[in-house]
Amino acid sequence: MSPLKLAAIPLLMFGFGFALVPLYDVFCDITGLNGKTGRIEAAEIDANKVDTSRTIEVRFLANTNTGLPWDFQPVVKKMEIHPGQVYEAVFRVRSASDRTTLGQAVPSVSPGLAAQHFNKTECFCFTQQELAGRETRDMPLRFIVGTDISEDIQQITLSYTFFSLDKG
Amino acid sequence: MYTETTHDAAHGEHHDHGPAKGLMRWVTTTNHKDIGTLYLWLAFIMLLYGGSMAMIIRLELFQPGLQWVEPHFFNQMTTMHGLVMVFGAIMPAFVGLANWLVPIMIGAPDMALPRMNNWSFWILPFAFTMLASTTFMEGGAPAFGWTFYAPLSTTFAPDTTDFFIFAVHLMGISSVMGAINIIATILNMRAPGMTLMKMPLFVWTWLITAYLLIAVMPVLAGAVTMMLTDRHFGTSFFDAAGGGDPVMFQHIFWFFGHPEVYIMILPAFGIISAIIPTFARKPLFGYSSMVYATASIAILSFMVWAHHMFTTGMPVAGELYFMYATILISVPTGVKVFNWVTTMWKGSMTFETPMLWALGFIVMFTIGGFSGLMLGVAPVDTQYHDTYFVVAHFHYVLVTGALYSIIAAFYYWVPKWTGHMYDEKLGKIHFWWSTIAVNVLFFPQHFVGLAGMPRRIPDYSLQFAEFNMISSIGGFAFGLAQVFFLYIVIKTIKGGEKASAQVWEGATGLEFEHLPSPPPYHSFTEAPPVK
Repeated sequence: MSPLKLAAIPLLMFGFGFALVPLYDVFCDITGLNGKTGRIEAAEIDANKVDTSRTIEVRFLANTNTGLPWDFQPVVKKMEIHPGQVYEAVFRVRSASDRTTLGQAVPSVSPGLAAQHFNKTECFCFTQQELAGRETRDMPLRFIVGTDISEDIQQITLSYTFFSLDKG
Repeated sequence: MYTETTHDAAHGEHHDHGPAKGLMRWVTTTNHKDIGTLYLWLAFIMLLYGGSMAMIIRLELFQPGLQWVEPHFFNQMTTMHGLVMVFGAIMPAFVGLANWLVPIMIGAPDMALPRMNNWSFWILPFAFTMLASTTFMEGGAPAFGWTFYAPLSTTFAPDTTDFFIFAVHLMGISSVMGAINIIATILNMRAPGMTLMKMPLFVWTWLITAYLLIAVMPVLAGAVTMMLTDRHFGTSFFDAAGGGDPVMFQHIFWFFGHPEVYIMILPAFGIISAIIPTFARKPLFGYSSMVYATASIAILSFMVWAHHMFTTGMPVAGELYFMYATILISVPTGVKVFNWVTTMWKGSMTFETPMLWALGFIVMFTIGGFSGLMLGVAPVDTQYHDTYFVVAHFHYVLVTGALYSIIAAFYYWVPKWTGHMYDEKLGKIHFWWSTIAVNVLFFPQHFVGLAGMPRRIPDYSLQFAEFNMISSIGGFAFGLAQVFFLYIVIKTIKGGEKASAQVWEGATGLEFEHLPSPPPYHSFTEAPPVK
């Protein structure tokens, strides 16, 4: 094998190192590992497919990362829900800063296997949130848990962490 | 045989324009023997440098409480010790051995790309100077562990981290160039008749190692490049605030890191497979199964990386897969150990110094292999993770494994290289001194690890005090033994009993059958006959 052909291998592998980033993402997306939640449109929901025989407890957690002076809490800490029905939960955020601040919420679902069945039609995490100085805001979350979720899952924890998007 | 040797020697002397004089010989050399020597000396210097940092670590851990150094400085020591030993001592030592031995084992006049060979060595002193200089800068040397997990190495690391990043880039470029050179040499420059399945196992293991190097060093370069852009150019590969994921760093790092541990052990397997048959006076048992076992270990090494990450909250399916795949690797590794033992079975064994180091390797590397199996079992790894048990495990495979094989190789081939026998008595003292010390040093770390002592900390609970003191005493003794080794090396280079061409009674291979000791500066300018 000539050295020049051999040299192509490290170049390809350098690219592969970067390709791993989207590859892991795609892998997690397909398998539902890593606690990434799904997003569906309101029109796709079939109102007749509510499974009232099952009740699942959904708990909410809210955190803020360092560098963001926000107080972030779920208004209701937990809900009892039926798979297939749309629910609304509200999170309240209050800025402790005098300046305008910008944040982005990143969700995570536990157990990881529940993540792919946890779908949102509306979420404050879909967009960046800008708060004026000392502003308080109630932010809605509409979600539906798929009826095909495993029987073993009786409790789901949804956690949000707000990260600062302010530069400097 | 004997006549051929003398003929070769006379032939060599006649045409041989020897090395240039003075310091520039070493700077401008393209000779594989010179470059091999340079690599081995760099590795030795790095061993002493990394070892002196280990001495500081053991000094601080001699007693509980903080006695000698600040915690931040302690973290710099553990980090730099790991980086220097992995990238500065073990890897360059193996590349040095490959430079010295591959051409004379396959009957080639030199490496395929001699000028690139010069360059791939001379990058390294600059890389390590750059890395070491961070110790004296504001912010200090890297202090985030040799695995440099994000966000410790990105968001929270000092500015000196950029020196570390570029040093890793340089080491990677050097390794990749060295590996390409070795592959090109082995595949294109074998003497007529030296078929692939006739090659000595050291050449085989290095061929496979070189492929691992060109496959994974660029992934490491990618990982540090992502760190660099995360730190300075606004990307968020490992930053959750920008949509990235710090766990992603671990996945990318260990995609490099696991094959890397085989890069540091496969050439050792080749060395042991050369030494055991010589002193058992029997051909190696199961040559082809050794080749296949090496290749399967290399392939499996790409599929097990997340066993370093069992505690990151991986789903059960992932833990099961990585656990089974990891344990599968013990099958080809077991094939090797059984082949070595079977080679010795009913052999006429003698126990010269290289054989002692090789036997020490087999016994203690296997201990490290077994603790590795324990760590590979996902449910119990939750307890062992990030404890001193892990430290004990990887020091058994890297010190009594990789380093022991390198020292064995030194004693085995140094009479060939220099034409002088080393002092047998001193060599044996070096072996027993090191072997007792290294077990006093690392064996108690299994116990403190199982009892829950975390790694990478400058202080610890009182119940670990006795074992840590024992460990430190072993550490100082082991460190001193390697200074003694330096004395043996210099003594052997300066003089000693004249070595014969074959050196060892049972030695086989082109370097022992067709070249005098020491070999001429340019050897095998005409290809030797291969049986």
